[in-house]
Amino acid sequence: MLYREAGEFKSTYRADQAILTIRQDRWFMWALLVVAFLVIPLVSSEYWLGTIMLPFLILALAALGLNVLTGYAGQLSLGTGGFMATGAFAAYKLATAFPELHILVVILMSGGITAGVGLLFGIPSLRIKGFYLAVATLASQFFLIWMFNKFGWFTNYSSSGVISAPPMSLFGDNFVTGPYATPEAKYLFTLTLVVLFALMTKNLVRSNIGREWMAVRDMDIAAEIIGIKMLPTKLKAFGYSSFLCGIAGALWAFVYTGSVEPLAFDVNRSFQILFMIIIGGLGSIMGAFLGAAFIVLLPIFLSNAPHWFGLNIAVDMISHIEFMVFGALIIFFLIVEPHGLARLWQLLKEKLRLWPFPY
Amino acid sequence: MHERKLGEVVLRVEGISLSFGAMRVLNNISFDVRQGEIRSIIGPNGAGKSSMLNVINGVYHPQQGTITYRGVTRDQMKVHHAAAQGIARTFQNIALFKGMSTLDNIMTGRNLKIKSNMLQQAIYWGKAQKEEIEHRKKVEEIIDFLEIQAIRKTPVGKLPYGMQKRVELGRALAAEPELLLLDEPMAGMNVEEKEDMCRFVLDINDEFGTTIVLIEHDMGVVMDLSDRVVVLDYGLQLADGPPDEVRANQAVIDAYLGVSN
Repeated sequence: MLYREAGEFKSTYRADQAILTIRQDRWFMWALLVVAFLVIPLVSSEYWLGTIMLPFLILALAALGLNVLTGYAGQLSLGTGGFMATGAFAAYKLATAFPELHILVVILMSGGITAGVGLLFGIPSLRIKGFYLAVATLASQFFLIWMFNKFGWFTNYSSSGVISAPPMSLFGDNFVTGPYATPEAKYLFTLTLVVLFALMTKNLVRSNIGREWMAVRDMDIAAEIIGIKMLPTKLKAFGYSSFLCGIAGALWAFVYTGSVEPLAFDVNRSFQILFMIIIGGLGSIMGAFLGAAFIVLLPIFLSNAPHWFGLNIAVDMISHIEFMVFGALIIFFLIVEPHGLARLWQLLKEKLRLWPFPY
Repeated sequence: MHERKLGEVVLRVEGISLSFGAMRVLNNISFDVRQGEIRSIIGPNGAGKSSMLNVINGVYHPQQGTITYRGVTRDQMKVHHAAAQGIARTFQNIALFKGMSTLDNIMTGRNLKIKSNMLQQAIYWGKAQKEEIEHRKKVEEIIDFLEIQAIRKTPVGKLPYGMQKRVELGRALAAEPELLLLDEPMAGMNVEEKEDMCRFVLDINDEFGTTIVLIEHDMGVVMDLSDRVVVLDYGLQLADGPPDEVRANQAVIDAYLGVSN
């Protein structure tokens, strides 16, 4: 009744090809952006911004990267953590070797370096498919983390092995990394980048390159016969995906934790991000965000829920229950909708279009 | 039926032999395709018809023989080369991109004509958008031609079989091919759908001047549509000529009806 497309006529292809073609969707998106940019920084505590919203946004960016590769181009990857680590170490080396570089330059360049590494590990994808490719990318995960631990050059020969990100500012005193940075500044900086990259990714997947990726995913032989070249198309997916993952890694190390350590990017991180896109929805921009929200926010909700309801349960008990409920919910969602939360969202919108009538 | 004038030879295959291991799929096949004609390849199951199309657009590489397309003689075609040179095809078992809409499937058919690079597409405003709109217009013309306006935004996985065949034809047409290879476009269709498909094939040939190589089992369709027919059986070429001549050929009759030895 409120949400419908009836009466909205489009007289140009330009309008018909817009990202959100239904008026209510556009209102919703603008409202969401206003909430994200204005309301959340104003009403949230430092704890919420710094330890919940930040990792959520950064992991959503990494999930976006993996979703390009796995969800759109159909190349299964377990190397996300390794690529994030590459981004983090590239940013660290750049920021320490060239201290005069601007933070945005450092972050974009580290994304670029990671894209290069991603291209290298993407070459086998021409020959290997599916689960076998996953194993090949898993090798890249272990190799990259081993390399960062093994060679002191990456950590500038720090004896402790834990290295901290230098304080860097956007302009003047507006620090976004290091001890002087406020959680609000960190949050807004990360949010801006994530929103821009999400928009960029959406543009790519609705253009020719996105169609080529999906064509390779759905039927590679037919894609080849209509003139799509396999290797460049797959490599573009690997390159862009690792570009985003590298930026996510750099943000994680510089803006979120403030320290660069390989342990934060181990194979568990790769699995975590893969679960995000499976639960959120493969081949969907929205899905990357929903999946990241599910995986990051739900455990926090679960560990706090007994407290809110006035239940007094021992801390270790809570963490056990948390694991069980979390696991059960993942199974529940995958049974209800194997195509992820993004698909549930879409179904909800389809129902809303007809509401209050059943069909 | 009015007398059709056929143009020059656009494609000539000569002495093509293809085998997989000890299995001989094609044995010394030679025929040509003339500009603007509808050329059919017929034969019983396993005769090597689809393999012949695969040789023409470079999926299979024959061990012997040459392929001359637009004046250039090669030992084998390469897949992307064939696509870039204006050869498009449809498949016997539908090979659409199931997760994409009808519109996106047909738009993908125009991928070789899109010039904007990845960065321009990421920014979208400007060249990439202009191109998207330009190609959308072409795609809408194809959608109108094939009468599939109602399903343009439906994911093709949800479409009925006959419609999927039509979308696949649309994807091939989107490349504006000079030579269109159709692998059993009417298989599994009811009479009405077959009539529609025949009309499309004739219109494509007539309006766009596209040369068509057609594999089909329905003899009525083949005899009505084709200018010339090649008959294959177990990888051997049995006959080649106008429909009436082929129909009267004893070897062809034997292959289809069997002979008592």
